[in-house]
Amino acid sequence: MSGHDSKYFSTTKKGEIPELKEELNSQYKDKRKDAVKKVIAAMTVGKDVSSLFTDVVNCMQTENLELKKLVYLYLINYAKSQPDLAILAVNTFVKDSQDPNPLIRALAVRTMGCIRVDKITEYLCDPLQRCLKDDDPYVRKTAAICVAKLYDINAELVEDRGFLDSLKDLISDNNPMVVANAVAALAEIQENSSRPIFEITSHTLSKLLTALNECTEWGQVFILDALSKYKAADAREAENIVERVTPRLQHANCAVVLSAVKMILQQMELITSTDVVRNLCKKMAPPLVTLLSAEPEIQYVALRNINLIVQRRPTILAHEIKVFFCKYNDPIYVKMEKLEIMIKLASDRNIDQVLLEFKEYATEVDVDFVRKAVRAIGRCAIKLERAAERCISVLLELIKIKVNYVVQEAIIVIKDIFRRYPNTYESIIATLCESLDTLDEPEAKASMIWIIGEYAERIDNADELLESFLESFPEEPAQVQLQLLTATVKLFLKKPTEGPQQMIQVVLNNATVETDNPDLRDRAYIYWRLLSTDPEAAKDVVLAEKPVITDDSNQIDPSLLDELLANIATLSSVYHKPPEAFVTRVKTTAQRTEDEDYPNGSEQGYSDAASQVADGAASPPTSSSSAPYTPARQPAPPAAAAVPQVPDLLGDLIGLDNSGAIVPADQSAASSSPPLPVLLPASTGQGLQISAQLTRQDGQIFYSLLFENNTQIPLDGFMIQFNKNTFGLAAAGPLQVPQLQPGTSATTLLPMVLFQNLSAGPPSSLLQIAVKNNQQPVWYFSDKIPINVFFTEDGRMERGSFLETWRSLPDSNEVLKDFPGIVVSNAEATLDRLAASNMFFIAKRKHANQDVFYFSAKIPRGVPFLIELTTVIGNPGVKSAIKTPNPDMAPLFFEAIETLLKA
Amino acid sequence: MAGAASALFLLDIKGRVLIWRDYRGDVSAIQAERFLTKFIEKEDDPQSQDPVVYDSGVTYMFIQHNNVYLMVASRQNCNAASLLLFLHRLVDVFKHYFEEFEEESLRDNFVVVYELLDEIMDFGFPQYTEAKILSEFIKTDAYRMEVTQRPPMAVTNAVSWRSEGIRYKKNEVFLDVVESVNILVNINGQIIRSDVVGALKMRTHLSGMPECKLGLNDRVLLEAQGRTTKGKAIDLDDIKFHQCVRLARFENDRTISFIPPDGSFDLMTYRLSTQVKPLIWVEAQVEKHSRSRIEIMVKARSQYKDRSTATNVEIELPVPSDATNPNVRTSMGSAAYAPENDALVWKIKSFPGNKEYMLRAEFSLPSITAEEPAPERKAPIRVKFEIPYFTVSGIQVRYLKIIEKSGYQALPWVRYITMAGEYELRLM
Repeated sequence: MSGHDSKYFSTTKKGEIPELKEELNSQYKDKRKDAVKKVIAAMTVGKDVSSLFTDVVNCMQTENLELKKLVYLYLINYAKSQPDLAILAVNTFVKDSQDPNPLIRALAVRTMGCIRVDKITEYLCDPLQRCLKDDDPYVRKTAAICVAKLYDINAELVEDRGFLDSLKDLISDNNPMVVANAVAALAEIQENSSRPIFEITSHTLSKLLTALNECTEWGQVFILDALSKYKAADAREAENIVERVTPRLQHANCAVVLSAVKMILQQMELITSTDVVRNLCKKMAPPLVTLLSAEPEIQYVALRNINLIVQRRPTILAHEIKVFFCKYNDPIYVKMEKLEIMIKLASDRNIDQVLLEFKEYATEVDVDFVRKAVRAIGRCAIKLERAAERCISVLLELIKIKVNYVVQEAIIVIKDIFRRYPNTYESIIATLCESLDTLDEPEAKASMIWIIGEYAERIDNADELLESFLESFPEEPAQVQLQLLTATVKLFLKKPTEGPQQMIQVVLNNATVETDNPDLRDRAYIYWRLLSTDPEAAKDVVLAEKPVITDDSNQIDPSLLDELLANIATLSSVYHKPPEAFVTRVKTTAQRTEDEDYPNGSEQGYSDAASQVADGAASPPTSSSSAPYTPARQPAPPAAAAVPQVPDLLGDLIGLDNSGAIVPADQSAASSSPPLPVLLPASTGQGLQISAQLTRQDGQIFYSLLFENNTQIPLDGFMIQFNKNTFGLAAAGPLQVPQLQPGTSATTLLPMVLFQNLSAGPPSSLLQIAVKNNQQPVWYFSDKIPINVFFTEDGRMERGSFLETWRSLPDSNEVLKDFPGIVVSNAEATLDRLAASNMFFIAKRKHANQDVFYFSAKIPRGVPFLIELTTVIGNPGVKSAIKTPNPDMAPLFFEAIETLLKA
Repeated sequence: MAGAASALFLLDIKGRVLIWRDYRGDVSAIQAERFLTKFIEKEDDPQSQDPVVYDSGVTYMFIQHNNVYLMVASRQNCNAASLLLFLHRLVDVFKHYFEEFEEESLRDNFVVVYELLDEIMDFGFPQYTEAKILSEFIKTDAYRMEVTQRPPMAVTNAVSWRSEGIRYKKNEVFLDVVESVNILVNINGQIIRSDVVGALKMRTHLSGMPECKLGLNDRVLLEAQGRTTKGKAIDLDDIKFHQCVRLARFENDRTISFIPPDGSFDLMTYRLSTQVKPLIWVEAQVEKHSRSRIEIMVKARSQYKDRSTATNVEIELPVPSDATNPNVRTSMGSAAYAPENDALVWKIKSFPGNKEYMLRAEFSLPSITAEEPAPERKAPIRVKFEIPYFTVSGIQVRYLKIIEKSGYQALPWVRYITMAGEYELRLM
């Protein structure tokens, strides 16, 4: 059935566009059709054919379905660049949406939804309304998705026109495919809205479970994913749900299986009967194992998920460790994940077999895999006390092979084993010392030096060994220098003889006078002072007993694990990160009109694209299709167009990684809000004034910024960078500020992500910011993070669970603070204000003449805040008490509540 | 977790976009192209080979087929399993349309490709991937008719995999029971893992909307029916069904009932993790004479009954990469040196049960060796074979009932075959 479309790619170079124009207007149908194909071919290889817009649209009114589809495709790509001309197509669209052929009706609605042009959107509503009630399920299923498209373009319009209700009605549709698409659309809309729109009741639940048996495999995934958010009322309901979902485990589609597993795991949390739970675990094991026979990419997703599942329910796969043994031809990414799971499943019972496998892997060719295998042996030794000795003997066997990187990796893990089981295995030190000369990696060197220092008293020639390193002290990497310093001190304290004394002089001299590394210098001075004032104290400090280590690498924090398990099969479960750490989708904002002009921006953005277009002309078949977003003569970039990465100068300045997401500036949203606090006054910023504030909109955190240029010159090339902070707040993309002419200003909404660059230490609301532009020096200023921007929309708690959580937390987690100066004069208004910040009112009670209010709030990773406010309405004085698993966040909370109550 | 793809890209082997479909307008082709070309450049770095990669706010998921990359991009927390599987299904759809799916065929059929991309996914949500039904209303040039097509009922039906009105003169069903034996033997000759993955591959030529019911010697079913069976019943570990099989019904009473798609499909797959005796056992002895010569002696033994015969047996023996001048003798079959795979491949056309064959090979080695002992690629011995009329599990199709309202008689043909799957012996 092969075609011969490639002929459309070959065209005469000269006068191509006029030629096509002529053909498009030909009186012969076939010629017109061929011409449209040529246009699409040109579009495919990245040529700009937007100038043919009117001519192509003229071909739209046709009985020929193929031609119609091609014209529609052209429209999707170019309507944005020709919004005024796009209106020409509206009539045909509306007419097609009433065509007797359902294929055409659906096509019209589907395509209209893809054209993100306001003028077209207006005309979409009536056809959409009709199509949602169409007789043909094919049209209805297409219309259902179209509602989600429209919501993405204009949410208000969807709500005003009552499309949400029509969509909810489709959940009861008699066609399973329509139901599935309605569920997908609703789930998507819910994700982008802070209001409850799609809540699954027990009634919808049973309808959806029925539809599950009949819809396509992809539809089953939509439904299962949506249902996994449903919280069953009690163990019995949970068991009923599970019973209806378990048959899905037999489905040939891996995605259906994984989504079913997700749902079962969610419901299992509620099931109390240990028999039922055990039985379910038994049922889930074989399907999970079978996932490993899927395509390698799917295996990878499955393995990342199994990694999470075994952390929560280790019994499920406890007896299946063999299926994770690596096959010779497994891709490296599959092998790496299998290894990780093998470590998790290793036990006293199977360790011998596992060690044999690891040993096998440690002699393969792939260096990274080999290293990981060696490390795995060490981790098993730390995890399983009774197997430690066997692990060590395997490591020693590997060292004997004398492959350089194996030896080094082995020494690194043996150091950890020594740390875990002190004074147990020193007999092997002699063997380790034989490899001393071959060590050239800093970590391995540092580990070996640590071992020598720690066991200096048992190694006869410890001083000689260390001395051999000292000669090259100044050239060693910092890691090695630090270990050398400590090891020499240990040696001296253990064997205070002449040799070590001389060595210590050399080392201290090298580490203080000769170095410019502050860490090394500080440590050296502390040792120096300790040794010179009180050697006994030095002994207590340096030779103190160390706490026992455990293997917690790759163990996930329980609350995060909960969140990840609720996201099985999704990217979140693949990355092992909560969705807010990487989801960067922001609403694409309204179109800019053509007369808005950003000369600088477009120049920057399109130099690249223009050269690609040129390439395309030279060698059509190989070039990319960059055309749809980059018509060369269009002055302003469309809202979500590609913006090339600018060199990350600022990132280098502060030494942080700027993971730049590409997001548009939002011009309209910021203008309506109250004035932003000034953070960099014009007097400090040599005429540049910056005001900014963190805000939360539709569940996403933004940094709302206002730049005012009071200098005499235009400023451009703005970039922003955030220093490490308690919440790991960082920009989700580069700052989008156009060139600022003198005397003008610009606002922007910068989407933010969490957990990117976390700072250590006690929680602090400090947010340090650096902004630069091409004309001025870098400006540093700081802001306060109001903790309430993190309060998530799902922080509302039921009364019962509030009480339960309150009781379950120890009293030490309760923190109190008085605000003597604050007056609450109107309870209603205060509650509304707090609710707007996602602090949800739960209950109120009278206590003497005081009113006591209870609220709940939640910050990402599911950390709840239970809040109690006590006050006499109209009188000064508010007492606030909070209880949370993270009481060290309390000061931040009080800062925020004070601001909120004062407002 | 609601989330969907932003765009779908088909790219060439260097990572340049051939054809793409933008579903959400928030990831551009330039961005995707820049990502993939960068990714391909650093292919040697194993840290960066994952099929799911985050780059500048966008997640890319991709697979490769021949000289084409298929890739989706998303800015949301989308269902990774579903989208990756979707890409594999897309390959199946293209293969159905173009026979060979590669860069050239994409270019030759770009109009149909665009049409398909519009139909199989909407706003980034996978919609419909039944190639057979799709080709009823999206046709390549040769088959295109001027009459306007309607969407086949099947697209939205509960039976979404079969159209109505199919007619055959002769109604037949071919059922192949194919079992693959996977085995992993460690250096000490112990079997550390073995399982059997079976598939019931069906090819149907049936008219109308036939109701089918399949009976196997499944122990759970037979015991539930209180029957004692002649012959043995078997335990299947994990069964996966094609979407045509009514899963709820199977869960209830273990009946396998379905309306089959037209043509070829995998009705079910199953797994057995019971220890199986290796059907073909290989022993190898390697002797290094001095530093310049290596001698390999191999014994291959068939461990199945005399009446069965393995065909197309291929035993791949790893040899050192610097070996030269092979000198090989075999007691049966022929052996060829494949230096590109650092292997000696021993082929035996027909290998009856309970037989033993030998191979002896000698290679020269260079007398000069590197000082640093570099690790050698330690490939396992790999074996391929097929044994017709035989299954390891002992699975039996007891009946296949076909009922259609027109009342025709259909003939089921059943065949059994066992093959080597991942058959690895780390013995050298």
